[in-house]
Amino acid sequence: MKLKFLIPLVLFFILVGFLGKGLFLDPREVPSPLIGKPAPAFEAPVLGDPSKTFSTADMKGKVWLLNTWASWCVACREEHPLLVEMLAHDIPLYGLAYKDVEQDALDVLDKMGNPYIITANDADGRIGIDYGVYGVPETYVIDKAGIIRYKQIGPITPESLRDKILPLLKELDA
Amino acid sequence: MMPDIGHYALILALVVAVLQGVLPLAGLPKNNEKLFAFATPMARVQSLLVILSFIILDYAFYANDFTVYYVATTSNSNLPLMFRLAAIWGGHEGSMLFWVSILAVWTLAVTFFAKELPLRFRSSLLAVMGLISVGFILFILFTSNPFERIFPAPFDGRDLNPLLQDPGMVFHPPLLYMGYVGFSVAFAFAIAALLDGRLDVTWARWTRPWTTAAWVFLTLGIALGSRWAYYELGWGGWWFWDAVENASFMPWLIGTALIHSLAVTEKRNAFKAWTVLLSICAFSLSLLGTFLVRSGVLTSVHAFATDPSRGLFILLFLVIVIGGALTLFALRAPSVGLGEKFDLVSRESLLLTNNVVLFTATGAVLLGTLYPLLIDAMNMGKISVGPPYFDTVFVAIMVPGIFLMGIGPIANWKKASVPDMASKLKWALGISVISALIVPSIMGRLSPMIFVGLLMAFWVMSSVFTSMKLRLDAIPSGTLTQKLKTFGRAYNGMLLAHFGLAIFIVGVTMVKGYEREHDITMQNGETKVINGYNFKFEGILPIRGPNYIAKQGQFYVSKEGKQVALLTPEKRLYPVQGAVMTEASISINPVRDIYISLGEELEEGGWSIRVYFKPFVQWIWLGCVLMGLGGILTMTDKRYRIKKVLNEQSITA
Repeated sequence: MKLKFLIPLVLFFILVGFLGKGLFLDPREVPSPLIGKPAPAFEAPVLGDPSKTFSTADMKGKVWLLNTWASWCVACREEHPLLVEMLAHDIPLYGLAYKDVEQDALDVLDKMGNPYIITANDADGRIGIDYGVYGVPETYVIDKAGIIRYKQIGPITPESLRDKILPLLKELDA
Repeated sequence: MMPDIGHYALILALVVAVLQGVLPLAGLPKNNEKLFAFATPMARVQSLLVILSFIILDYAFYANDFTVYYVATTSNSNLPLMFRLAAIWGGHEGSMLFWVSILAVWTLAVTFFAKELPLRFRSSLLAVMGLISVGFILFILFTSNPFERIFPAPFDGRDLNPLLQDPGMVFHPPLLYMGYVGFSVAFAFAIAALLDGRLDVTWARWTRPWTTAAWVFLTLGIALGSRWAYYELGWGGWWFWDAVENASFMPWLIGTALIHSLAVTEKRNAFKAWTVLLSICAFSLSLLGTFLVRSGVLTSVHAFATDPSRGLFILLFLVIVIGGALTLFALRAPSVGLGEKFDLVSRESLLLTNNVVLFTATGAVLLGTLYPLLIDAMNMGKISVGPPYFDTVFVAIMVPGIFLMGIGPIANWKKASVPDMASKLKWALGISVISALIVPSIMGRLSPMIFVGLLMAFWVMSSVFTSMKLRLDAIPSGTLTQKLKTFGRAYNGMLLAHFGLAIFIVGVTMVKGYEREHDITMQNGETKVINGYNFKFEGILPIRGPNYIAKQGQFYVSKEGKQVALLTPEKRLYPVQGAVMTEASISINPVRDIYISLGEELEEGGWSIRVYFKPFVQWIWLGCVLMGLGGILTMTDKRYRIKKVLNEQSITA
């Protein structure tokens, strides 16, 4: 048997090794160094009403969720209907429009429904950098003391909402 | 009751598929013809049972049987019938049943159209297809049963994702799957040949039409998907290098290489081991695509169900099927041999280069698709690979290949001469360079990419005409049609497909180079001039569809006083899923599309709208259709219809 005919098989098994490992990785999960640390403070204009500002200082003493999103982000559209559903369940969801054109972002909210109590406009993405935004959408659960307790990378799924976010909110609210 | 029958039919199909897979192979060592004789009837029964269970599931969609959990999650009683029937492949479980049903269709086709194959060979061919079917039916029954019931049944279904409610949904998945799964036939041919240790010109001749058929389906399927994305997603894009798109594109690239390599094997008895390897690779990439899409190891805009147990099952299946095939290849290919020798400059070596180019391109796409996974698996962080990588690398790899594509058809088999080819093609090259400069001067802008793109397109076109002219001149008498007939359909099909690729390149180059995007706001009754066209906004009409309500904009487009089109983009609300969709409206003509999508109603009145001008964009899909037609023409060549090729071992040039 000539060795060169084995090359495809060897390459294939290397690939299988990676695929096998990949099965047990979550492509959307990036460990955040910010978990357990205070959420970076910011003050930013409110989307659609730049005369007002949203500040993390206003949120002291409240449990809230910060969802970074953008109109150019496909995965955000995927989670959007779920966010709208969350609104109906009084989940304190705040938005951060990340590196977006204001009108485009407003268009999306108009088109798909607005799940946010307030959306802060992070047009140049500086706040996103402070939060270590790796790819939108990302969602942070922030407790009463302003500490980040959980970070959801990628769209919120019904599972992550049920198994992680809702129990955590219950715990933090108690 | 009905869904249970469907479930039982699938279980029964599994049992029969096991027999179809095992009995003929058991007969191989002693050449037991009694065992071989099981293959065809078992294959037919198995296929019909699978198709029966598919029909029963689709009937549940037709009848709005929401006791079936899968129907309840992907359909709705208000969904138009066409979409209800297509909703069967709108989710994971149904897609898998659809996959195995398409395999059943191909298996049936083999039992009917491959009668001239020797019994032993046909039996092992069907056995391999049976074993593939076993794997997929097991997967469906144990991890993704579409017949699962839900009690009490919901009053109505959760509806099909509105994005999928489009005629594209009816035709794109079947074509794509026919292509994907069709490579299983070439794969089974290769395995049967390796098992037999028999690999000759006849083998290549049997395989060719089947491979071309799968390739044609895949070409048309991908093109249709691209066009669907173009008008449905509302951004005017036609290819996104998304993981799922790549999963269909990789088998296409390898399939294209395989078609060319089979041509060499058939005509020159060369590239034998290589052709077998490509046959294995084409189907392996189809399976890998299924794995990538179904397991959730990669993130993609095509959000499908993700479940590690499903992923593990498919991975195990991949190891058995591909690992087994490649092991067999390693053991048997050395005895198959490489085939006839050829010169460094010859049509063979040009086709070999074509294969290397297509193989490298596939590797680049595979690497880009899997790179995030590789990096993550090695704990080196998280990255994503976007269109800039794919565009750059893919174009860089393909340009030399396309240049050689212009030379290939005029090169002689075995030994060609460079000065001779150069003198034949000097006019083609001259015309191409000049045309690639003239067109940008008409369009008003020249960039290196535009020049290279147009040069390649004109080069392929002019070389197609040169090839035809050389052939025509070589025939001393007869009218043009008589002469064309003597070419043979395989040759004409090849030229047509090459011409189609050139048309495709024109489309891509012109769109990339000259598209325009305008974001504007318009008041009711306002007229604006964009890119030389008058747009008159005549307001918004309320529209009621079968399962949605919509606002429809009325835009009258005219140029120099002449009415061009009435464009009616919509914003639709689908109440069941609470989803809002934008429906673009497009005015199509051969040299430009005007693409308009409705933005938002503004507080101060009027609407924001987005207008795209897409020059020559239709050529992208026209080119794909021509490639597909070329493939069909090739398949109907009479030498594949001769029943008695069986013992003919001579090489026809």
